[in-house]
Amino acid sequence: MQHVVQYLWLIPAVPLVMAGIGALLKRERRRAAAGLAIGGMAVAWVLSCVAFVASLGPDSFRATCTVKWFDLGDASVPLGWMLDPLTAIMLMMVTFLALLIFIYSLGYMAEDENFTRFFCFMSLFGAAMLGIVIANSLLLLFISWELVGLSSYLLIGFWFEKPQAAAAAKKAFITTRIGDMGLLLGMLWLYSKSGTLLFYDNGHGCLEAASLARLAAAATLGGMAVSTAISLLIFAGAVGKSGQLPLHVWLPDAMEGPTPVSALIHAATMVAAGVFLVARMYPLMSAGGHLAALEVVTWVGAITAVFAAAIAVAQNDIKRIIAYSTISQLGYMMMGLGVGGVAVGMFHLITHAFFKSLLFLGAGSVIHGCHGEQDIRKMGGLKKLMPWTFATYAAGMMALCGVPLFFSGFWSKDEILRAAWIWPSSPVPFCLGAAGAFLTAFYMMRQVSWVFFGKPAQAAGARAPAHESPGVMTIPLAVLAVFAVLAGFLGTPAWPWFQSYLNGEKVRFEPAALLASPQLNLMLVSAVVVGVAFLAGWKIYGNVAAQSLRAMDPLQKALPAFYRLLENKFFIDEFYGATVVRLNTAFAALADWLDRVLWTGAVQAVTRLTVALARFDSAIDELGVNAGFDAGCDGLRGAGRGLSWLQNGRVQRYMRIAGVAFSVLALALIWGCG
Amino acid sequence: MLAWTILISFLGAAALVLLPAESRRAARHTALLTALAGLACALAGAVQYERSAASGTPVDLVNFSWIADLHIHFHLAADGVSITLVLLTGIAAVAGVLFSWNIERRTREFFALYLALIGSVYGVFLSFDLFLLFVFYELAIIPKYFLIAVWGSTRREYGAMKLALYSLVGSAMVLVGLIAAYVVSGAQTFDLTELAKYHFPAAFQHWAFPLVFVGFAILAGLWPFHTWAPTGHVAAPTAGSMLLAGVVMKLGAYGALRVAMTLFPEGLRAWQNEIALLAVIGIVYGATVALVQRDLKFVIGYSSVSHMGFVLLGLMTLSKIGLSGAVLQMFSHGIIAGLLFAVVGRMVYDRAHTRDLTELQPMNLSALAPFAAVTFVIAGAASMGLPGFSGFIAELQVLAGAWQVFPRLTLLAGVGILVGIAFMVRVWIKAFFAEGDIKASAIPIEPISMPERAGALVLLGTTVLIGLWPGLLLNLITPTLNSTLFQGMVKGGPQ
Repeated sequence: MQHVVQYLWLIPAVPLVMAGIGALLKRERRRAAAGLAIGGMAVAWVLSCVAFVASLGPDSFRATCTVKWFDLGDASVPLGWMLDPLTAIMLMMVTFLALLIFIYSLGYMAEDENFTRFFCFMSLFGAAMLGIVIANSLLLLFISWELVGLSSYLLIGFWFEKPQAAAAAKKAFITTRIGDMGLLLGMLWLYSKSGTLLFYDNGHGCLEAASLARLAAAATLGGMAVSTAISLLIFAGAVGKSGQLPLHVWLPDAMEGPTPVSALIHAATMVAAGVFLVARMYPLMSAGGHLAALEVVTWVGAITAVFAAAIAVAQNDIKRIIAYSTISQLGYMMMGLGVGGVAVGMFHLITHAFFKSLLFLGAGSVIHGCHGEQDIRKMGGLKKLMPWTFATYAAGMMALCGVPLFFSGFWSKDEILRAAWIWPSSPVPFCLGAAGAFLTAFYMMRQVSWVFFGKPAQAAGARAPAHESPGVMTIPLAVLAVFAVLAGFLGTPAWPWFQSYLNGEKVRFEPAALLASPQLNLMLVSAVVVGVAFLAGWKIYGNVAAQSLRAMDPLQKALPAFYRLLENKFFIDEFYGATVVRLNTAFAALADWLDRVLWTGAVQAVTRLTVALARFDSAIDELGVNAGFDAGCDGLRGAGRGLSWLQNGRVQRYMRIAGVAFSVLALALIWGCG
Repeated sequence: MLAWTILISFLGAAALVLLPAESRRAARHTALLTALAGLACALAGAVQYERSAASGTPVDLVNFSWIADLHIHFHLAADGVSITLVLLTGIAAVAGVLFSWNIERRTREFFALYLALIGSVYGVFLSFDLFLLFVFYELAIIPKYFLIAVWGSTRREYGAMKLALYSLVGSAMVLVGLIAAYVVSGAQTFDLTELAKYHFPAAFQHWAFPLVFVGFAILAGLWPFHTWAPTGHVAAPTAGSMLLAGVVMKLGAYGALRVAMTLFPEGLRAWQNEIALLAVIGIVYGATVALVQRDLKFVIGYSSVSHMGFVLLGLMTLSKIGLSGAVLQMFSHGIIAGLLFAVVGRMVYDRAHTRDLTELQPMNLSALAPFAAVTFVIAGAASMGLPGFSGFIAELQVLAGAWQVFPRLTLLAGVGILVGIAFMVRVWIKAFFAEGDIKASAIPIEPISMPERAGALVLLGTTVLIGLWPGLLLNLITPTLNSTLFQGMVKGGPQ
């Protein structure tokens, strides 16, 4: 393992180099650009497999490698990377999904004139994301984190000619940076307290026992442990990146980017980076038995899970529905981390990555097949026209909803609910989680009925009937569908390989665990919840697809006010617009006014005062030198001339006068104190 | 080696004066060669210094009696801090010449004044006799004034006068402080290292420090004495704004560090909190004002106020990490602001003939001048302190230092960084990537020329190089902070 970790830096470095080369390619070199990106990611995948195999070995749980970046005063700033099960599993997931999505993009982006730039940005993103995953230093993690944000900005705004895309990119960048400020400050605080940003460093790292004990013992504002305060600041970064309340507003808008981007960045990897960050910092979050930080994580996650699921019920854009679903599922992961620990949250992260990127790619295939249409009300009956897309989408949908036993989402969500059930602090997160599960199944049923069932709706303005997508797009769909189903079996209660792997334990096969007391009941409960939600969804929306576009959503008919609230996402964007944005603009206008009027006015006043002083001095001078009546008269005339001379508007003269005045002042002062 | 930078620049200026007035080509080439020679000397000197004196102590370059009656010496010396800034001056000088390649009016005079300014700036950074430093400092005002007043644009005479007056007021304050120090110490010398050994009475330091510090910091854009900066930048010709932001603002910060903070450490500690507060106000205020500007150059001008706030904040931390961050930020801001001004002034304004964002918006410049757009986006990313660029390391050090002394102000500075991102993203979109009918705006514009490309690559390369390999400069800066000159101000502090 130790010799593997030394070369681990190659995993992000290869895509980074490919991005660099890709940036230099001419726009026409499309094949070369795609080849570089896919080749680079394939190499990264192979290397990740090697790392994964190494991490399975029995010799050690974690290996690190540290290099000095630069000297700073008496200390040096090291960067480091590490290999442990958490890193290895993320490496496998990220490189594998990125590879599939790159291949899919060959088809999806085939007609885009900026194909070359697209692959360059995607490689850059891949490199930065892999950097987050392997980082053994919060500094390296932060650097990669920022680069991920930048590449996400570039990719959301990829079609910047669309004003919505440019605005969405800006919003995403700034909103996530708000969280990043928390992360930055947390990092500074951590550094000032523990003197290092390396996570693990043979007992000297900031996540190791000695440092954690120190951080947990120190108290800060209101008696809060320093470790908790730092954890909360770091969690702010995760909230921004993972679209948790209240910083979730950017993620649905980010769907303006190309669909492969949504699948890779805004579903499977980047948005999950926040969850990964919490998992990585878990020892700090729970240091010294202070659980306040984890309670915050739990509550934020649980509320987000329900909140976003509710909004998804009233959206009509196929991608926005899945975007809100992503926010909601990320909430589940956070909740899982809070109530159950690293393995619970991470398991859902991995299964979600597969089925959610499958859903996004499926949605992309639908959009591609419907000639760019994204409104689910204008679709219908695609089941027959796009059979492959339908079959794979259905697998993804059932995995997301947690259809019992055969779909991955069932097992991972069940783990979270089970942990929430036995969480000692409060039963509410469990109820929120169960409600979220109901809503999830409901909105997915609504979406699927509208898109795939009913009569093929020939939407107004559509040029041709929908068609199935090419093989380069459907094959990745099929591969993902297989994983979306099977990934769940890695972590069932009967054979919890995933959990044992992350915790560095030996896995045991215990089928009896399935029938143990809370487990069986909870499985039954979730099965019932999903079943009822499916039935309700089907009953309401099952035959709605055939109706014309003008028909109102049945739910809208029944509960108009509530529907409006959901449709407008609880008016949070409007709220921010009316408060934060307006406040900032007002402050900026005020500062601008200060600069134009007050400071400049003050400067002019000082200038005038100086000139007046000079006039006065000059008059005294003339009077003093020329004594006597005649001389006095001459002096007065001279002063008059002096005054007109002063007012000739020449800057050089003003400056000279100011200089004289200040020399006088200088002499006076020296004389005064010397 | 380093002393040659001054001589070469002034010789170049003199040579230009002797050239026939109409030989523009020769003038440009002379200026470029002079600037390159200066940079070469600076680089050679830096390498030589790093190899020879690892301890970071100042090395004498020239020292002879100049005005014997007043014990004034022509004393040039260099340590890691001054060499860093000399390198910045060298790089900025070369880039400035490249971006002034299209000056057609009085080309010879333009470059002569330009080189005179560069020579004076080198002089300030290398003077270890305070009187000499002051002479160079004053010498820099004159070419600065004429460069703006003659070759400038928007309200150039107003901008030039404002800058000159501010500089003069600042100089007057500095002069008073210096003379007072000369008299009070009774040491009969203006030599920096000698004066630094003298322990000035606390009461004296309490008023002398703010006088000298603010006198210098006016030129560093200390809030609320910053208003010369945006107007001056806007009025100046491209190379003028590049030098103003890139180098002249550093004169102020350098003077504040080298003179005020070195001579009056007790006064420094008395005023530390107040000045840090002003610095942070500058960070937030500059960024916020930039957010609502319509003139692209005003945006960059105010961003300079914001970024110089980091320099002043770093200085006020009085810790090695903060101070080295401040010096690195001086370098980094000089490069990045220079690049931003180059894109705005030369690549955009000289072609589009407007800097008004609402007028630029429909032009879709990214299609017309992709090189300018890409350069601006990268420079903007550098300016917002993204990793991979020099600004990241500098701001990180400043913040890490500041967190230990002023945690609350650091939070506020974080807000400033956020707003800094917001205004840059706004400008990216408005100036380059707004929705525009590509066909309608496809008016032929002059392609980006070779000198511009070269200049942009020099600056971009520098910021990336330092961003990835900050040790190149930190190996110069950090050992210097251990030297005796800095012992008075760096007290305690974990690092």
